[in-house]
Amino acid sequence: MDKSSEPRKYKNSFLNWIEYRLPIISYLEKEYRDYPMPKNVNYFWSFGALATIMLVVLIVSGIFLAMFYTPHTDMAFNSVERIMRDVNYGWLIRYIHSNGAAFFFIIVYLHILRGMYYGSYKYPRELNWILGVFIYFLMMASAFLGYTLPWGQMSYWGATVITNLFSAIPIIGDGLKSWILGDYTVGNATLNRFFALHYVLPFVILGVVGLHVVAVHIHGSNNPTGVEIKSERDSVKFSPYMIVKDALAVCVFGVIISVVIFFGPNLMAEVDNYIPADPLVTPSHIVANWYLAPFYAMLRAVPDKLGGVALMFAAIIILYVLPWLDTSKTRSCNYRPIYKWFMLLFFVNFFVLGYVGMKPAEGTYLLIARLGLIYYFLFFLVLTPIIGKFEKPKKLPASISDAFSDKNTEEPRFHGKTH
Amino acid sequence: MLLVIKIQKNQDFMEKHINMRVLLLVIILLLPNFTLFAESSGNAMPKHKWSFGGLTGTFDRASLQRGYKVYREVCSGCHSMQLLYYRDLIDIGFSEEEVKAIAAEYTVVDGPNDEGEMFERPAKPADHFVSPFTNEQEARVSNNGAYPPDLSVITKAKKHGPDYIYNLLLGYTDPPEDFEIGEGMYYNKWVQGNQIAMAPPLDEGYVDYDDGTENTLHQLAEDVVTYLTWSAEPELEVRKNMGIKVILFFIIFGIVLYFVKRRLWRDVH
Repeated sequence: MDKSSEPRKYKNSFLNWIEYRLPIISYLEKEYRDYPMPKNVNYFWSFGALATIMLVVLIVSGIFLAMFYTPHTDMAFNSVERIMRDVNYGWLIRYIHSNGAAFFFIIVYLHILRGMYYGSYKYPRELNWILGVFIYFLMMASAFLGYTLPWGQMSYWGATVITNLFSAIPIIGDGLKSWILGDYTVGNATLNRFFALHYVLPFVILGVVGLHVVAVHIHGSNNPTGVEIKSERDSVKFSPYMIVKDALAVCVFGVIISVVIFFGPNLMAEVDNYIPADPLVTPSHIVANWYLAPFYAMLRAVPDKLGGVALMFAAIIILYVLPWLDTSKTRSCNYRPIYKWFMLLFFVNFFVLGYVGMKPAEGTYLLIARLGLIYYFLFFLVLTPIIGKFEKPKKLPASISDAFSDKNTEEPRFHGKTH
Repeated sequence: MLLVIKIQKNQDFMEKHINMRVLLLVIILLLPNFTLFAESSGNAMPKHKWSFGGLTGTFDRASLQRGYKVYREVCSGCHSMQLLYYRDLIDIGFSEEEVKAIAAEYTVVDGPNDEGEMFERPAKPADHFVSPFTNEQEARVSNNGAYPPDLSVITKAKKHGPDYIYNLLLGYTDPPEDFEIGEGMYYNKWVQGNQIAMAPPLDEGYVDYDDGTENTLHQLAEDVVTYLTWSAEPELEVRKNMGIKVILFFIIFGIVLYFVKRRLWRDVH
């Protein structure tokens, strides 16, 4: 192509210089300024942005922690305490990191819940859903690895319990476990490699998040009606409409996370982790991090070790195929009168599983965990395919704009009635 | 909040699209409490009113210094506090000279010197607190087989830490008649399993206070727990102070953004 025929796009010659060689400026404009968002999205659609910000915060705070942390069984605990006491604002960075990880899970759980309720995983966004589940899986791995690093009692025994799961695999189990640990038991070799992996995995997550975002921008974001954008009227530009909206969400989230970081920084931590790891003393009951607790509950609900491990992994793998288990063409549960209630029950069930996952596996708790486990799989394998076949969905609005103006005209009329 | 009120007014909201918003709010409100639910088992722990409690609580400096005296004269016979430096005591109101004098009462092993020998010297403010025992084995042998835990972060290592330690210190009673107590163990209402190897460490008048404060058991326990909490969370005052500012920032910035957002979206139909 002739150079002179290339239109000069930007007034700033530096931007032009870049754009000519790497069209990143126009890409950013297209994807983060002009990108059309359905105008009827609610605040559930802010959790994607929140999660991205949280991931960056975790990576940055983590890099600073790594500068002071020592991955050695004799020194790890004290090096963390040194960060808390002697490093300038080390306590702040560590509390941001540890509570940030917990809030990252809260955000991502709400993001997944959004995707499930509004059917965002359906055609043509299946790959996007798969990438998301993969991110979730990587997050669980990173969180588990990171939890080992302070080398407290729960770090040590949590690592021991979880890595023991691998020994349940027939034939290769024991060998695999030693290969992962680098030793026969959790020890210094384990701590070293867990640190290395905990450092690198978040960057892998960041990469997959990049793909996840690119993928969602191809067909655009879903919305509460599940109806695609049909005309320009149905959408608003990402900038400034969504940027301002997401920024407001960040502020609300900022208040919530700050309350925890500054006024209850150990609320979500296990107290036993402030006792240095001792291979000779087993804590009275070993608990998983609350954000992994639903899966821990499933693991313990099965009397057979291999069966428990298999079901726990199946519970994650089944998420990958959700787009193909759901036989309904209607995306949003708002228009699915029957499935909606089973979906809400699924969320409650997951929450209850998390609760019993942090309780001793006995008596009523065990019974609840088993019922929860049954409903979890029943929901995916039976209810989702069957309800989609016979359920009669409500009539979808003709367009996003129709749904949007309905809502807007209704509210003032309603207020008029009450006053 | 406005959103909640609006939703509650809407009578048939379960049929509308708004019920996900309600769910969202419920979840946001519930999630931080999630771990609290999980924790709230067992005996209800009587709550004590601490100087460092609440949103703006600070450590009572006089109580901290008295608490340090209790630790030094009673607890430190068996319990180490390895994470503390003597210089940290400046934070609780001792002068540099006083800290130097306190440190000099202890002996540390240093070296090797130019002749390759290890030698003993008085501790300096930059030294860690000297432990009562050189290793775990020695500690166990001197304590009927039990290992007195390090107290540096003990209030973070127990659920409801300060209240737990406080109640534990006051919780020594005679065992119920049908209770079988182990050899060399003591009955305590608050410890797991109700027996503890530590003999009742404090009683009225065990430590004489220099500032004339009455040395009742309750006072001794309160002071030493205040000191232990400071040791576990020396950043507590700075943290709460900063927290209020950060939260105010988010609230004010959020209010501004709320109006910007309303103004901006007003024209979207």
